[in-house]
Parts: sequence; C-alpha cells; structure tokens
Amino acid sequence: MMRDAMHSLTRLVRRAAALCALAVLPVHAAPLQATDDLGTVVRLAAPPQRIVATLPSLTETVCELGACGRLVGVDRYSNWPAQVRALPQVGGGLDPNVEAIVALKPDLVLVAQSSRVVERLQGLGLTVAVLEPKTHADVQRVMRRVADLLGVAGAEADAVWRRIDAAVEAAAQSLPLERRGTRVYIEVNTGPYAAGQSSFIGETLTRLHARNIVPAELGPFPKLNPEYVVRANPALIMVGARSAAGLEQRPGWAGIEAVKTGRVCRFTAEQSDVLVRPGPRMAEAARLMAGCLARPAPSGG
Amino acid sequence: MHAARAHWLALWLLLAAAGLLLLGAAIGSTGVERLWQMQADPTAWQIVWDIRVPRTLGAWLAGALLGLAGAVAQGLFRNPLADPYLLGSASGASLAVALALTAFGVSPGATHWVVRLGMTGAAFTGAVLAVLLTLTLARGVQQTLRLLLAGVIVGVVLGALKDLITIASADVLQAITAFMLGSTGLVGWSAGAVMAATLAVCLLAAWMLAPVLDSLALGEATAASLGLPLPAMRAALVAVLALATGAAVAQTGLIAFVGLAAPHLVRSILKTTHARLVPLSALMGGLLLMAADLLARWLIAPQELPVGVLTAVLGGSYLLWLMHRRGRGRVA
Repeated sequence: MMRDAMHSLTRLVRRAAALCALAVLPVHAAPLQATDDLGTVVRLAAPPQRIVATLPSLTETVCELGACGRLVGVDRYSNWPAQVRALPQVGGGLDPNVEAIVALKPDLVLVAQSSRVVERLQGLGLTVAVLEPKTHADVQRVMRRVADLLGVAGAEADAVWRRIDAAVEAAAQSLPLERRGTRVYIEVNTGPYAAGQSSFIGETLTRLHARNIVPAELGPFPKLNPEYVVRANPALIMVGARSAAGLEQRPGWAGIEAVKTGRVCRFTAEQSDVLVRPGPRMAEAARLMAGCLARPAPSGG
Repeated sequence: MHAARAHWLALWLLLAAAGLLLLGAAIGSTGVERLWQMQADPTAWQIVWDIRVPRTLGAWLAGALLGLAGAVAQGLFRNPLADPYLLGSASGASLAVALALTAFGVSPGATHWVVRLGMTGAAFTGAVLAVLLTLTLARGVQQTLRLLLAGVIVGVVLGALKDLITIASADVLQAITAFMLGSTGLVGWSAGAVMAATLAVCLLAAWMLAPVLDSLALGEATAASLGLPLPAMRAALVAVLALATGAAVAQTGLIAFVGLAAPHLVRSILKTTHARLVPLSALMGGLLLMAADLLARWLIAPQELPVGVLTAVLGGSYLLWLMHRRGRGRVA
C-alpha cells in the first residue's frame, strides 16, 4: 500500500516536472532537424516528448541537456543519472528489444552506429537518429545534434559544452607541473587490451599532459603483447579493479616502475563507466584521472 | 618399420619445436631481435628469460595437452570429429570465468574468494565440474553415445548460461571474449610448471591406457571380449581427458582446433597404434600452437592477434590441403 502510494506520488511529480518542462520549452515554428552519423536528415515536427536512448553516453547527453524527464526508456547499461535507473530497459546495444522500444511509443529513438536495430525500427514507423560519440570532438558534435533534435537552443548546448571543456582544462591545471609527461599505461581489459592515444580515455589523458605508452598508430584499443608494456616501463598504471587482480604477478611485470613504486590506480566499476563513456561526464573522468596522476607513490615504494 | 617412422617423426617434431623456441625467444613486441645483442641489456634479457621463453614453452605445453586430449577423445569416442572440449569442459570453464568476473566487486567476501581462486583456478574448477556434470547425466562412462550427447547438452546449456551472465555487463562481455579467443601472452614459469607436470602425468597415463583405445577401435564388443577391465580404464581415460583439457584451458583460454587437428595431422603422416599416436599428437599439438603463438605476436607487432584465430587458420588450411591432395590421388 505504502509503496504504491509512493509510486503514484513519484509518478505524479515526474509528470508535473515534464509538464513544467513543456511549458518552458520554446515554441518552434520550424520543424526540428539534424543530420545523424549515417548522413540521414532526421526531421521532427515538434520537440520529442518520449525519447528512448540505447547508449549510456546518449542517455547522459540527453539528461545533461535538461531533458531527462523526456526519456521513457533506456538500454540496460545506462545507469547515470540515478533517475534513469527507474526507467524501463529496452535491452542493450548488442541485443536491443524492438518490441519493448515500440511498446514505449517513442517519438525519437537514439541509437548507436553499431546497433542493428535501425532499419527495423524505421520500418515500424519510428523516428531514429544514429549517433555514436567516440572521441572528445564527437561528444561536442553529438551534444549539438541532440540539442537540435530536442529543440534546445544551440547556444545553450554550446554553453554546456564549454562548461565541460573548462572543467577538463581545470583538472589539467590542477596537476603539479612535475607530474606532466608521466608515462602512463591504461588497461581496459586483461588480454591485455590497452587504451591508446586515439581512444576517448586516451584523449583525456593527453589533455592532462600525461604520456600514453600506446601511440595513436596502434588504434584505440589494441591487444598488446604484454612484453611491450614491460619494455615501455610505465611510471603509472590505470586499470579497472576487475582486471587488476594478479597484475603484479604477470611474468616480468614486477620490474615495471609503476608496480615497483605501487603507482597502480584501480578504478571501481562505477568509475570505469565514467572513464570510458564518451559523454558529458568527461570532466569527471578527467578529475578522476588527475587524482590518480597527482596521488603520491605509497611510502616504501 | 612403423616404429622407426614414428621415432623419426617424434625427433623431427621435437627439433622443429626447439627451433621455434629459439625463434620465440627472439620475436617480441619490436619484431625479430638478435638474441646475442639482448644479453648485454639486463631489461632486455629479463624480457627474454621471464616473458618470451616461458610463454613460448607454455604455448607448446598447452598445445601438447590439447593434442593429447584430442587423440584420447577421438579414440575413446571412436569419432574422428571428437575434440577435447567434447565433454563440456570449454563451456564449464568459460561459465566459471564469467561468474568469477561478475562476482568480483559484488561484496568484499566474494571479491576475496575470486582473488584467491584467480581466473586460472576458476577456469580449471569450471572445466572439471562440467565434465563431472556430463558424467552424472550420462550415468557413467559406459555408453559412448550417451556420453557424447550429455557432453553436447552440457556444453550448450552452460554456454547459454555464460551468455546470459556476460550480456548483462559490457565489461564482463569484453573480458570473456578475450578468454574465448585464447591467449598465451600471460603464461609465466609457474603456469608452465603446472602444465608440464600435468602433461607428464597425462602422457604416462594415456600411454598405459593406449591398449584400451586400440581395442575400442575394433568395436566395443571386441574390446570387452579381450578381457580388459573396460569400465575402470574408460573412467581413467575420461579423467586424463578432463585433466589435460582443464589444465590447458585454465592457463590459455579456449584455443580452437589444436585438439582436433593434431591427431589428424599425425595420422596423415603415419598410421600407428595409440601408444605412439597419443604422444605424437601431443608433440604435434605443441608445435602447432607454438607456431601459431609466434605468428600471433609477430605479424602485427607490438599488437597481437588472438592465437585461437591463427590455430584455426593454420590447422584448418593444412587439413584442407591434405584432404584435397588425398581426394585427387584417389581420382587419378
């Protein structure tokens, strides 16, 4: 009983919030349109009120633009901001649930490039925009496109981007000068798969004036020969806690400077989400990485 | 005559492996290097001694375990398509790894256990448990067809469970894919020692049990009529199969095709009894995986190709060529 009451109350509040958002929205005489990543011009007659996002970074972008209340469904990996966890889940990027998406009657579906669901959804008469941010520049571009589709003023989207960009810069400035040029190895998974300079997380590292031991030529997430890491001898290792287990025991790795001095940053699953998602939380990612770079080596190292 | 040919083949396979070991010590993340120049630099020498040599030997040992397991499986099931993963050990191992990856970080207690067990321990436990499950479902080892069916079913069901768990988290999905493709990159001396000990035990056991495999080739009724204690010996062979496969899978992940191809490659060179086929298959499997490992790290250095992809391409194309040659011979 109590829980039901709470539920209807929250639903009421959410609806009221959505109504308020509606009232505040600028009235667009011209239809909204934007070109998506496939080159398709996506047109909407009115600002969408029922949005489904199937990529965590797209969910986060929509919310950052103040339209979180207009989301009616997200993919199962979207978990930020907290309020999207209460939304219906429509599968994942690899296995989107077409029926669940259609049942939500969305007026706009945001999907990733890799999603196979695009044609199916379009065939069912839904408006689909394919957007997939992969780099810092993409985050800005996608933010602008999503803003265009949402009916949020371009200036506003630019302001959001500038705020994020300034925060990344601030994180870089917060680092002591002597930490610049630190040789860093970022492992995204045991394989070992590394994050290279051209990956999103690698770009953030470059903005922090650190040196990635994996150059851009090797691609964003190369599967490395482990001896490459031993030879490059990074002074700092960033790794997800899940793949960090047993890192020191890998053959030859005990001799790596970062292991010897104990400068191995283990990120929790939540922190890893922030680090690898090319979305509006990139400033938070920069702060996390800056915190790791600034951390003094444990004593006795 | 056969004995002499078998000895020559064994000698040749060992020499080839020794040659590849030397090459393996010289090929690294920067391509081929001169070993005598690396001796001067302690870091370079450490890389050779602590990373390249154990990993190259590890590849050989894992391949040998799989080759041996493949020969045992094909003899035991009297089926040339049988491979070491037939009793469900592959799916069991990957399910266990998926579970361990998911359990990590859920609670301090779970994390503690995962760290203590390690991915290697988890994979080995999973592989062995899956085989035990298959044996339970097949009610023992006596009926070959029942055992085969149970193995396939366990493989499919555990594989599906693994998929169910991994799809829930993008992070786990990536790690599991790497495991499924197999890698010899992180094999050190201790892992090599474990595999060497397992190989020695399995080789000895398989060699002693080889007469059973020979008699099974003549049919189960004939085998029974020879007065061998079949049930016990079959159980022992299943144990050898599970142990060899589990040890290889735990250290290097799921490496495709070595177990299936190695016995066929040996048989294409000479027809012999299981007492020779099993060790020769081990030597062949070792050579195959070692060669694949070398190519995997050399072709696009400092990046690596998944070694399982290469074993499939190498072993598969050689087998295809053999079939083609034999087919043409028959027509002519």
